[in-house]
This record gives sequence, C-alpha cells and structure tokens, in this order.
Amino acid sequence: MNIDKKIADDLVANDVSFVTTVPCKQLAGVIDEIDKRDDIFHIPSNKEDEGMGLCAGAFMGGKRPAIIMQNTALGVTLNTLATLTQFYRMPLPMIISYRGELREPVACQVEMAVHTKALLAQLNIPTYHFHWQKDVEEFDNILKYTFMCNKPVAILTDANFWGGYGDQ
Amino acid sequence: MIRSEILKEIAPILRDQLVVCNIGIPSQELHAIDDQPTNFYMLGTMGLASSIGLGLALAQPKPVIAIDGDGSVLTNLGTLPTIGNNCPDNYILMIIDNGSYGSTGDQPTYTGKKTDLAGMARAAGCDTVVEVQDVDTGKALQAALDSGKGTVMVVKCDSGNAKMPVITLDPVVIRHRFMEAVAS
Repeated sequence: MNIDKKIADDLVANDVSFVTTVPCKQLAGVIDEIDKRDDIFHIPSNKEDEGMGLCAGAFMGGKRPAIIMQNTALGVTLNTLATLTQFYRMPLPMIISYRGELREPVACQVEMAVHTKALLAQLNIPTYHFHWQKDVEEFDNILKYTFMCNKPVAILTDANFWGGYGDQ
Repeated sequence: MIRSEILKEIAPILRDQLVVCNIGIPSQELHAIDDQPTNFYMLGTMGLASSIGLGLALAQPKPVIAIDGDGSVLTNLGTLPTIGNNCPDNYILMIIDNGSYGSTGDQPTYTGKKTDLAGMARAAGCDTVVEVQDVDTGKALQAALDSGKGTVMVVKCDSGNAKMPVITLDPVVIRHRFMEAVAS
C-alpha cells in the first residue's frame, strides 16, 4: 500500500480541498503527493499557527481544510487551537509527524515526543496514533469524524508508520 | 487621527465587504461603530487576522479586507511571504500602523522606530503595497477595492484607543452569521 497516495485519496474523497503544510522529512512524500493533486489547493505556511489561521479562513470561505505539521511545533499552536479553532468550533484535521517515537534517530526529538500526547489530552483534542501502515485504513473515518464534530483532531504518525529512516 | 476615527470614517466602505478584524480594541471599536454580520471579530489569537483573511480570500471570490495592526503583524511576520507568494486579487490587508500595542496600554512597537512594514511587505514579495496617511485611508481603501488587485495597505496614524465595551457575542454566533454572509 502507498500510504502517501492513500492519505491524499482520502482527503479528496472527503472534499478536503485546502491543505497547508510545514515540512518534516517523514512527511515529504505525502506533501509531494498533495502538491500534485488538482483537487487540493496546497499552501505552505511558515509557522504552524499561521497555517491554522489560513485553515480557519478557508473553512469560513466554504472549503474543508487540513494541516500537515510536525509534533515539535505543537507548543506554538496551543493558543491558536484554544482561542480560534476550538473557541469558534471549527473542524481541523491535523496530520502530525510524531517525531521522537520508536525508530527515531535524533535524541532531541524525544524531548517533545514525551509531551505530545499529554498536551493534546490537556486540550481535549481527539488523538489517533498511526504506528503500523495498516492504521491508515482508519484515516477516512477520522476525517468524517472531524467534520461531523467541528473539532481539531490529531493524527500522530510515527517513524515506524512511515517506514523508518534507512537502517533505523 | 487615531484608529477609531479611521474606522468611523471608513465604516460606509467596510459595511458591504467581508471584514476580518484584529483582536482586542480594534474589534471592539468596529463592533461598536458598525456591527455587521459581514464582520468577523477575533476575540483571541493575536497575529492571525492576516492569515484568516488570506485563507478566506483564497477560498471564495468575494473581496476580503483584513484589518490588522503593526504589533499583530510583527508577531506573525511569516504571514508576509505567504501573502507575497499567494495573494489573490480579492484580498486587501490593511495594517493600521500606530506604532504601538494599543490593546495592552500603548507600549511602543518597533514600527515607531526603525522598522518599516511597507518595506518588509515589498521584500516579502507583495506586489502592491501602498503607504497611506490616516486622513487618506477611505480614498486609498476604495481605490484598492476598485483596482481588483491584491493590496497591502500600511496606514500611518496616531496611537490611542476609544473606550468601547468588550464584545460579548458568542464566538460561534460570530462565526455562524459570518459564514452565512460569506455564502449569501
């Protein structure tokens, strides 16, 4: 299964047509795939909270948005998640590379990984963790759930899900 | 002129447009001067008015005016390259630059010193950047709307705030009526 294609296919099937991204090497393939799709407008952001602002505007303009980002930036988005996305009740699928988990080669990444689920839980953000490639089968349901409940929803995708780094 | 005097003067122009208004006193002033369902008031999240406005302008064809401030743009400077590289023709970012953080007690920002937001916007790739003195805001805003070109306006004015009540509208009501106005 090509998980990059599956994620892009599910986004299109759920009418998600506005995607903003801040890159991570784990996410390079899916960002490439999204960039190729005619049905998705892809706008890179310089910072994740900026991207959430773009998504809020796109949602109010009638588009279904999504953000693709890295968990290390979760901290800079907490105020935006609480006072914009949640306060105004807006849906936002957050496809997050979960750096610092199993098969991570860079020790510093673990320092935010140990806080990631706790921060999401503190914000009452529904959170799913993709560890095996077959976990991507749930993605379509998660998107439907997100736009049903008008909440930000996190999908944490770790190195094992993406196939690891070389010999790691 | 201070910001509230500018908003009073341009209220007849704003009334027919989709407006995303910056957090704090700017939104309180606009709400008190001329509340409209076409106004989206930010109750929190300093810095993101320009990003919300850009997302809205990219997602639908009606003109969008984002009213931002110098302090808020400084806190989200990454917005300028994103606007510079993606600006649609229906987007106007109007930065009311009074050289101070108005909502927190008028502490000075760097735009009252050496920092030039218009120059930064140009360097970030924004093609149409106009610098305006407070008294000319209405004329410049109307010209930007009539031009049909994406525009960044930097409006230089005095520091100061009008005393206006806090907005007590529920955020979901603000968002819902705004989305109905967008879709109508």
